[in-house]
Amino acid sequence: MLGTAIELVGVAKDYGARAGDAPAVERVDLAIGAGEFFSLLGPSGCGKTTTLRMIAGFEEPTSGRILLYGKDVVGVPPHHRDVNLVFQSYALFPHMNVYDNVAFGLRRRHVAKDEIDARVRRILHLVGLEGKERSRPRELSGGQQQRVALARAVVNEPRALLLDEPLGALDLKLRQAMQLELKRIQREVGITFVYVTHDQGEALTMSDRIAVMNHGRVEQLGTPREIYETPATRFVAGFIGTSNLLTAKVERVDGRVAVLGSSADERLVVVARRAVEPGDVVELTVRPEKITLSAERPEPGSCALRGRVTDVVYLGTSTSFTVRTSAGADIVAHRQNLSTSPAAIGEGSDVWISWDDDHSYALDRVEP
Amino acid sequence: MIRRLRSALVPYALALPAGLWLAIFFVAPMIVMLSVALETGNLISGFTLTWHFATFWQAIDLYHVQFIRSFVYGLVTTVLTIVIGYPVAYWIAFRGGRRKSTYLLLILLPFFVSFVIRTVSWQFLLADNGILLGHLKAWHLVSQNFHVLATSFAVVLGLTYNFLPFMILPIYVGLERVDESLLDAAADLYSSKREAFLRVVLPLSVPGVFAGVLLTFVPAVSDYVNAQILGGTSTTMIGNIIETVYLENNQYPTAAALSFVLLAALLIGIFAYARALGTEDVFEAAAA
Repeated sequence: MLGTAIELVGVAKDYGARAGDAPAVERVDLAIGAGEFFSLLGPSGCGKTTTLRMIAGFEEPTSGRILLYGKDVVGVPPHHRDVNLVFQSYALFPHMNVYDNVAFGLRRRHVAKDEIDARVRRILHLVGLEGKERSRPRELSGGQQQRVALARAVVNEPRALLLDEPLGALDLKLRQAMQLELKRIQREVGITFVYVTHDQGEALTMSDRIAVMNHGRVEQLGTPREIYETPATRFVAGFIGTSNLLTAKVERVDGRVAVLGSSADERLVVVARRAVEPGDVVELTVRPEKITLSAERPEPGSCALRGRVTDVVYLGTSTSFTVRTSAGADIVAHRQNLSTSPAAIGEGSDVWISWDDDHSYALDRVEP
Repeated sequence: MIRRLRSALVPYALALPAGLWLAIFFVAPMIVMLSVALETGNLISGFTLTWHFATFWQAIDLYHVQFIRSFVYGLVTTVLTIVIGYPVAYWIAFRGGRRKSTYLLLILLPFFVSFVIRTVSWQFLLADNGILLGHLKAWHLVSQNFHVLATSFAVVLGLTYNFLPFMILPIYVGLERVDESLLDAAADLYSSKREAFLRVVLPLSVPGVFAGVLLTFVPAVSDYVNAQILGGTSTTMIGNIIETVYLENNQYPTAAALSFVLLAALLIGIFAYARALGTEDVFEAAAA
């Protein structure tokens, strides 16, 4: 990381429309590194778009500071901020052709004509739109319009590019292709990308780091792997991929491992990330693909619970099993479909589910 | 073979109702009017078709002052309605919020009253000793023989007042369609509010202004009510002339010739205007 591009310090936004309404952004503290592909991920209404629009200058924070390369930009109007936004609706100028759309920002900044021409052609080459210079936006497909929107922002070489769900309007195939394309373009131009999305797959695929937002706050900040493997809260665990949640009381603490329940044959332990004492309630998560199903009790030394299969769903690359444990929790386990024959374990089978001690992960806090 | 013939005829069959409508209500009256213009005679001995083309030149020669005046009035009225109407339409479209329909209703409200009655009301307002001038004269703010009625100002004022909604509504519709995220995009791309307006909003509203100009200019040029009620002998428009020549002098050929010339002049003007300001070209010009 080459220093900090964008820093949000205690940023809050309260529209104050109706008393009792929760603020759009309650409090956000972030430091986004230069050249980073940073995602704000969360469900609709979590404040991610408001946060982005505050960085762009379309909204002013109620309190807090927004620093762009160390300079506080609160109060600076959008046209004086050296960041560009790619709009969810693209917002291409319908009365201009592709070339004029892309050249718009450079012309407003009075860049020399020759340089405008060179930069517009270079960027249209980068996004694969050569030959479309004279086309009007409405003559282009959704994917092409998306590229024009991207080119129109990137051509200005802003200090940060802000993207507001830019792939939201595209169909799945095109969206996946554009994810890789965006990542490639970001690597080539080396600009900091701040990417807003509600699609966890998209965020995991493209981002260097992700801030998962909920109710106007950042729930967790980390690399895609950290977010996925070690979710800090129940919300993050549930929002990113499928996750199993287990609540249990600590029986005893063995070094760094809290033993949550063990009978003669069952075993449930978790690596404690904070000090716990016997009697504390702990919530832990296990990802479905980390769980092994077996008919016999597995080797000791890993977590193992007894259960009965209540549901089997074929998913193509894998099969999803829902297992009701003896304690009454429903656990989802995925098994790769390595053979072409149907799974031997069917609904109603008594099975063992097991996973490595390291694969269950205690959440930071227990929510009611 | 028959099938191919049938598919070739289908478009014409579909165009038939509209074609008939045009033929009955537009082409036929035009032919009648043209043939009347080419007749000679008088009301007592009757009119006969004599292909007397000179009527046209005589009519233009006799009334060219009123022709030119009508076009000047129409032009000034159109410019004034744009100058007044554009900001109103802009304000309603972008600042109207939830009350947009209320504001539009307020603009249309006077139209629930007859055109003539509204114009007569202006006559009362502007009368030499009416509520406005009467008080001004009583307070010696204007001289006793100052008058507004029977001047070009009064006629153009009446025309502007009467045709203003025809300018506001199409411009409003055009502006309403402008996606507000385009304004954000312009601001994001280093445009000040003024530049965003000039580069994005204005070009996108041109079709609305174009429609408004047609709806205002054409009826304003051929209007005769305002000149009749608010004007005087020096403000006679071509509409008044046609009315007088037809209804009072009963010179039907001259009236028909005048109508025909007016129509032709307006059509030529509109086509020239559409060519010069073809919407596509306007967009190109705005983008450069």
